[in-house]
Formats: sequence, structure tokens, C-alpha cells
Amino acid sequence: MSQVNVPVVRNILQANERIAAANRKRFEDAGIYALNLMSSPGAGKTSLLERTIEKLAGHVRMAVIEGDLQTSQDAERIQRKGVQAVQINTDGGCHLDGNMVQIAMDALDLGNLDLLIIENVGNLVCPAEFNLGEHDKIVILSVTEGDDKPSKYPAMFQQSSVLLINKIDLLPYIECDVEKIRRDARRLNAHQEVFEVSCRTGEGLDAWYAWLEEHVRDHRKR
Amino acid sequence: MHELSIAQSLLDIVLEESERHGLKKIIAIRLQVGEMAAVVPDALNFCFESLSERTVAAGATLQIETLPVVARCSQCRISFEVENQNFVCPQCGYPALELVSGRELSVVGIEGETGDRHEPSQCSCSAQHSSGQ
Repeated sequence: MSQVNVPVVRNILQANERIAAANRKRFEDAGIYALNLMSSPGAGKTSLLERTIEKLAGHVRMAVIEGDLQTSQDAERIQRKGVQAVQINTDGGCHLDGNMVQIAMDALDLGNLDLLIIENVGNLVCPAEFNLGEHDKIVILSVTEGDDKPSKYPAMFQQSSVLLINKIDLLPYIECDVEKIRRDARRLNAHQEVFEVSCRTGEGLDAWYAWLEEHVRDHRKR
Repeated sequence: MHELSIAQSLLDIVLEESERHGLKKIIAIRLQVGEMAAVVPDALNFCFESLSERTVAAGATLQIETLPVVARCSQCRISFEVENQNFVCPQCGYPALELVSGRELSVVGIEGETGDRHEPSQCSCSAQHSSGQ
């Protein structure tokens, strides 16, 4: 027996990164703009999707990949709106990874799409670690969760291109300092777009739709 | 609890490298984990311990080095350590977007024992074990 030290420099998540890069290439080749939508459970991911589909369905060809621990309720909600939806059940797993998305993509007609939104499992920690091949990460924070979330979950907020502050119709009834959310998020990522919205009343959503449509146009195959 | 998937990927890498370098027993694995990588060392240890049972990595210790969050300013190009989650350049006040370090999740070294040199090279024991027989 002899003792040896083997120097290795390998990214532990390299297998996921490789698959994510392959997914990304498929999106690019098809001219699809892909989003990774993340939030804690109940912040309004599916409600935002329903609103967004209603608004864009006429002129943007959309599909949704739904990550969920157990049920297919969310995918059914989306399908009722008339767009392609594929369900991924993680069976208790706390996040989606590149491989799950790669498999789900095979069930979609990629040649007929402009926009793919991947709804991650409700969780502010783990999904931030796994790239799926998306162009942008979007995080939703609902005001009922409290204004301390950006500083408590910095990785999620630092990496997201867009922060949607949802349920602002409830602000009169709760204590939540939206300015603090904006301030903490800005320190982490000053390039982040921030939209204050209510998916219930529709308030503030026009700015989000405009942002999204602009990005879909930029990625569409010319 | 994404530490379980991380531990599985870590074990895959360690077993692959052990085979490549002829290690029969792993003593320690050196890791670099960025402060912003959202990995809980205790959880990673626990998951790795369970997954590595009955492999050459059973009983190996994980030596985790934490790397600070460092950003680079796109205006004046200086790198600075991010404190209190503040990504604003301390020199010019421009918000930094480029992360130099802080999200690492890497294996940087494996310490182990190679097999007895007098051992017959055609011994198939380990192959049988790894195929689950």
C-alpha cells in the first residue's frame, strides 16, 4: 500500500452543466426563448403563467414544462388555457435538473415554439444551483412571504434577471416593505428588472408582458 | 436538500478518478465550495456517507474549503470581495455583474491508497463488486 494525493479539478455539477448546454443549443437552434421560473411554494408561479398565456397566446407560440413534487394539477391548469404543457414529477426531489428538462423537451414540438417557460419546483434554495439551459432565470417573491427574502436567499436573487414582486394587492393588510425588497435585491444584482404585480387583479403585469415579448422577439429565428 | 444530488455527482467523480489512478481506498476528498453555493456541509457529509457505503470511498472525509464571494467591476476592472451581499464596486460605485468566485462546487484533490503492488494484476474482485455481484 502506498498513499497518494491525486490533484483533480472537476466541477461537481459538470454532468448537469453539460446537459444544460445541450438543452440551450436546442433552444437556440429552434429560436426559442427559454425561462426558468422559480419561487417559494405559493408565490404565484402558476397564476403568473395563466395570466401570461391569456395575454400572449394569440401571437406567441408558448409551451410550459411543469416541475412538481407529486401532482399534475399545475400542468392541467396550464393545458386548460390551451398551450402545450409537459409535467415532470420529481417524486419529492427539490429541484429540476438539466436531464429532466431534456427528457421533457422530447415531448414538445420545438419547431413550433417561440417561448418555453419551465416552472421549477417551489423552493428558493436548490433550484438556483442547477442550470437547465434557460436564457434567463425569473424569480417571484410574494409580499406575504416577507421583505427579508432577498438577503436570506442571495443566490436565487443574485442570478435572476427578473424579480416579480407579486400579490401587491395585499399590501394594505400586511407589513412588508417593498422598498427594502428592492434595495436588497439591487445590492445583489443591480441589473435586475423588477416588476410589482398582482396576478389576481392584473395590476402591473403590462410591464412584464412587454419585457417578455421583447425578449421573445430578440431570440426568434431570423 | 439538493445535497443528495450533489453527493451523488461527487461520488461519481471520485469513483471515476480512483479507478483512473488505481486507488483502492479513499482517505480524504478536498472540495472547494463557494460561499454562495448554498451547500450545507453537514448535509453533504451525511448524504456522501450514505451513498459511499460499500465503495472505495467509504469512510473518506470531506475536507471543505470555503471560497469567498468575489466580483469584478465591469467599469474599472478591479476585483473585490463582496461583503454583506453588496455587489456594488467599492471604487467607482458601479454595480458588478461578473462573479469571479463564490459559486464553486469543485473537487480539487483526492487522497487515497493504491493497491498492493504484488497483487496479481488480473484480479477481478473489484470488477465483480462494482457490478453488484
